[in-house]
Amino acid sequence: MKKFIEGSYAIAEAVKLCKPGVISAYPITPQTHIVEGLAQLVADGELKAEFVNVESEHSAASTVLGAVATGVRAFTASSSQGLLLMAEVIFNIAGMRLPLVLACANRAVSAPINIWNDQQDVMAVRDSGWILFFAENNQDLIDLHLQGYRIAEDHDVMLPVMVNLDGYILTHGLEVVDMPSQELVDKFLPPYQPLYKLDPADPITLGCLAAPEHYMETRIAIQKTHESVLELIPKVCAEFKKVFGRESGGLIEAYRLEDANQVIVSMGSVVGTIKETVDDLRKEGKKVGALKLIAYRPFPKEALLNALKNIPEIAVVDKSISLGSNGVLYTDLTSIFLGQKKVPKISGFVIGLGGRDITKDSIRQVFDKLSGKQINCEFIDVKQELLEDKYGGR
Amino acid sequence: MAEDRILFDSGHTACGGCGQAIAARLVIEAAGENTIVANNTGCLEVFTTKYPETAWGVPFIHSLFENSAAVASGIESALKFLGKKEGINVICQAGDGGTADIGLQALSGMWERGHDILSVCYDNEAYMNTGIQRSGLTPFDTNTTTSPSGKQSFGNPKLKKPVPEIARAHGIPYVATASVAFSRDIEKKVKKATSIKGPKYIQIHVPCPLGWRHAGAETITVARAAVETGLYPIFEYENGELVSVQKIKPKPVEEYLKLQGRFKHVLNAPEQIKRIQEIANNNIKKYGLQL
Repeated sequence: MKKFIEGSYAIAEAVKLCKPGVISAYPITPQTHIVEGLAQLVADGELKAEFVNVESEHSAASTVLGAVATGVRAFTASSSQGLLLMAEVIFNIAGMRLPLVLACANRAVSAPINIWNDQQDVMAVRDSGWILFFAENNQDLIDLHLQGYRIAEDHDVMLPVMVNLDGYILTHGLEVVDMPSQELVDKFLPPYQPLYKLDPADPITLGCLAAPEHYMETRIAIQKTHESVLELIPKVCAEFKKVFGRESGGLIEAYRLEDANQVIVSMGSVVGTIKETVDDLRKEGKKVGALKLIAYRPFPKEALLNALKNIPEIAVVDKSISLGSNGVLYTDLTSIFLGQKKVPKISGFVIGLGGRDITKDSIRQVFDKLSGKQINCEFIDVKQELLEDKYGGR
Repeated sequence: MAEDRILFDSGHTACGGCGQAIAARLVIEAAGENTIVANNTGCLEVFTTKYPETAWGVPFIHSLFENSAAVASGIESALKFLGKKEGINVICQAGDGGTADIGLQALSGMWERGHDILSVCYDNEAYMNTGIQRSGLTPFDTNTTTSPSGKQSFGNPKLKKPVPEIARAHGIPYVATASVAFSRDIEKKVKKATSIKGPKYIQIHVPCPLGWRHAGAETITVARAAVETGLYPIFEYENGELVSVQKIKPKPVEEYLKLQGRFKHVLNAPEQIKRIQEIANNNIKKYGLQL
């Protein structure tokens, strides 16, 4: 059914269709509408679930951890400082191989405190073992949550999934979406069948101490699972199309790459702005394209290599930075060309930190700079006059 | 289910004379096989669950140092959702650091939300797993590795954090203290607690031979002396009312202090003994312990 809906409420509706038994959350801007939406659905009896209002994000993540360990599908959402407070539990959930889905409303991290969008928060837990998806628009939000549970709960996976959405831009933005029916969702997503659970009838111990003779293999197991998820995601995507009749999800999306000689690689809502700029520049006769990364972890190296191998000039647009190094996605992308015969010129740009507006002009600047010499890390739309204060923002 | 299922098996790696190991076994045997345990990080989790072995005959989950109350909240909520809460006890347990310090926020949240969960604190009065560092439940004048006695110090300068009082202030239906020296009392209290709906808190005094510096064979003697001097009052609150205390003919506190290396430095300091005696006297008066 077509619906004109805010991103946060689109997630709430989509999660309702997934029928979680336990939802736990702690409020943080701009995640609030997601959990408010779910609380209302529970209050109205439209969703039969335990909604647990906890005293911190650490406890929100721990509560859903306990619920999934007991064999019940669960959901939580957070953002920024909340995700950082959860960080310890985030690593724990992946290590314990518990299939949770979490929506992260991406927001800058403090200090200085800033409630607006960038993607620095998720990068702080990038290496936790979670499967990380990035949504471009509100339709992606719905589809990635449905696919997220399917992938997380697959018995060959048993890993948590985080659906990342740009704070405000998607959480508070309204778009027309296709909201699937309960019937179709039930067809696509069967009830959660736990592989292991806390049950007095069949007692198990979860969360053991692993000494040096056992620990490393637990990490290798997650690494191998991530490799297999690269094969599973396109399969789930194909099945999604079979049930819902729409193409959605997958590892990457190539946009006008056929004869392109300049391509921007990015993820999240900024891809929409990049696509529009690509259309404008194409009209001006420029051979440009865009590549949207949907699955960031596992990192789809082969799919990216295949899509980008004949592109001479590539720009990576990052909404995060590994301070002291380069843009985070930039570092990931450059690494895939190691040992390749043909290595494109890859430049890195950091954009929109702390919610600074990203316009089509910002994206044009990136394309303009691509023709020049290779750049590792350049910030776009910088206010030079503010840089005079060396300890700015303290 | 087999009647004779072992709920807490031998062969774990606790030190000889570990008070926590004895108490944990008493707790789970009293709670019974229809119990799910969430455990904070600490000695108990380490010495019972070294992969690929486990001492636990009930479902057991360890997540992190401070979150067992929240994990247990998720377990209890999941059981409610499944319609299986009736007949299954959920216990979250931790040491004194995991309860009084790093885990207090999650515990407070769980108590306030009113989950049907029994929280158990095994109080050995310092961070023993990391090597005898001071916690919020370390007694006054205790020599620990981070509150050492020295030329200008008699050790820990603070009193024990009143966690049972904090629990009671949440309005929860059952709060009790116990001691590993009195095993029947632990069993009785765990059975009573699990029969009551809502959040419950039991704090059990468990000597640590390594950290307290006494022989492993003296664990029960030392624990009993703490009760008999009034330094560890044993009481029980139901719905906010004090319903029982363990009466004593109070012994002087030296009878307890002299048994342990952690108080060796105060034995020749009469001023300090006097201050510790005052703590015992206050307990005796406050809870009406005098027989």
